[in-house]
Parts: sequence; structure tokens; C-alpha cells
Amino acid sequence: MKADAMKVVVQSEPFDLGAEVAAISQQRTDIGAIASFVGLARDSNDGSGVQAMTLEHYPGMTEKALVTLVDEACTRWALLDVTVIHRVGRLLPGDPIVLVAVASSHRGEAFAACEFIMDALKTRAPFWKKEETPEGERWVDARVSDAEAAERWDGIE
Amino acid sequence: MTLRVLYFARLRERFGVAEESIEFEGVSVADLIATLQARGGVWAEELAAGRAFRVAVNQEVVALEAAIPDAAEVAIFPPVTGG
Repeated sequence: MKADAMKVVVQSEPFDLGAEVAAISQQRTDIGAIASFVGLARDSNDGSGVQAMTLEHYPGMTEKALVTLVDEACTRWALLDVTVIHRVGRLLPGDPIVLVAVASSHRGEAFAACEFIMDALKTRAPFWKKEETPEGERWVDARVSDAEAAERWDGIE
Repeated sequence: MTLRVLYFARLRERFGVAEESIEFEGVSVADLIATLQARGGVWAEELAAGRAFRVAVNQEVVALEAAIPDAAEVAIFPPVTGG
């Protein structure tokens, strides 16, 4: 995959899954599969209601980290295009947070790379969530299950 | 040497500072952490051995043993929770 085929964006604005997927397949006919994932802001976490969340990030490092993990995915699988969009700022339950879309000739690579990129993003991209709950504000703690999900790709082809 | 040190998320709030310039005499990330711990209070508490935090040097996460180059941008932050 050419580097300029990759799209990595950090933004506060919402995104449109349909438009992003359409942009990937526009003016080309070699793509056989596009796998996409959208993460949404949930209305509860760890037994509390969540009224809103604010996503903070590390400008500069965030974009570098995302490009690095997309590069790793391109090394592991034959990919034709990748789009990663992550939102920052204050989000409400139901709002989309993150989009990963991966294009390949066949579905196997697209599914695997999409999941790999999400697992890697959860543990390596410098974003932090702060939730507003009825009990007050709280920073979300990193989950062991996310680290385990990322580690299971080590040594897998 | 002079370092630009950034703090993010919960640590930024706990320390009450987002960014500072530090005159650094040491060599490694561990030396910088020890310097900050010596401030006492929340610094000693949050950066104590066994507490979960990450350190990036020039925007790459590194181990405590890593050397810090002159004029580096160092960031200290909690484990990430995006996605």
C-alpha cells in the first residue's frame, strides 16, 4: 500500500462511516473487501451511568502512534487502503468515537487488520477518557483485557 | 540540559501543571522520575514504584532505562484509554 493511501485523522467533528467507506472504493476496482469498525460512547461504565465523556490526547504523538500501528498492519497483511479517524473533546452517549476502515483484496486480511489496528490503538495511541457520572467526574482506568487483546497478536501471522 | 516536560490526563490534573521546562542533570528516564519524586507530595505519590504511568521521549514510549537526549520533549501520562 502506498503511504498516501492511508488516512489518519484526529478531529473533534463527527464522521460519516458511509462517506469514508465510499471514499476508499472510489475510482478503483481492485478492492474486494472493506472491513470497518465504529466505536461509540456508551451510557454506562463500571456500574455507573455516563452522561458525557471528554477525550484528551497528545497532539503530535497521537498522529505518529496511529501511523506507526497502521504501518505495522500494512507489513502484516496485504492492504489496499486504511482509514483511521479518532475524535477528541466532549462526547455524549451514542456519539461515534473512533472509526477504522480497512480495504483489501479479500475479507480475511481486512477483518484481521481492522481488529489488530483497534487492539493496538486501545493500548498504544495516547488518548484518555474522562467520564461525567452522577457521582462526579472520573478518569477511565486502562483495562487488563485491552492489554491482553493487544498481546494476543504477538507472534500471530 | 533543558527538557520540555508534558503531563497528560489524570497526572496533569494531580500535578496541577500541563507543561514545564526542567534543568536536568541526569541521564535516563529513571533519573528524571527520581528528580520529580524528590518534590514530594503528589509527585512522590503518583510516580512511586509500582504506580502505572508511561513515559514518552520525543513522542515515543520508552522504558525507564532509556537515555534522554538534550532538549528532548518528555511526556509523562497514565496508561492510555482511547478507542
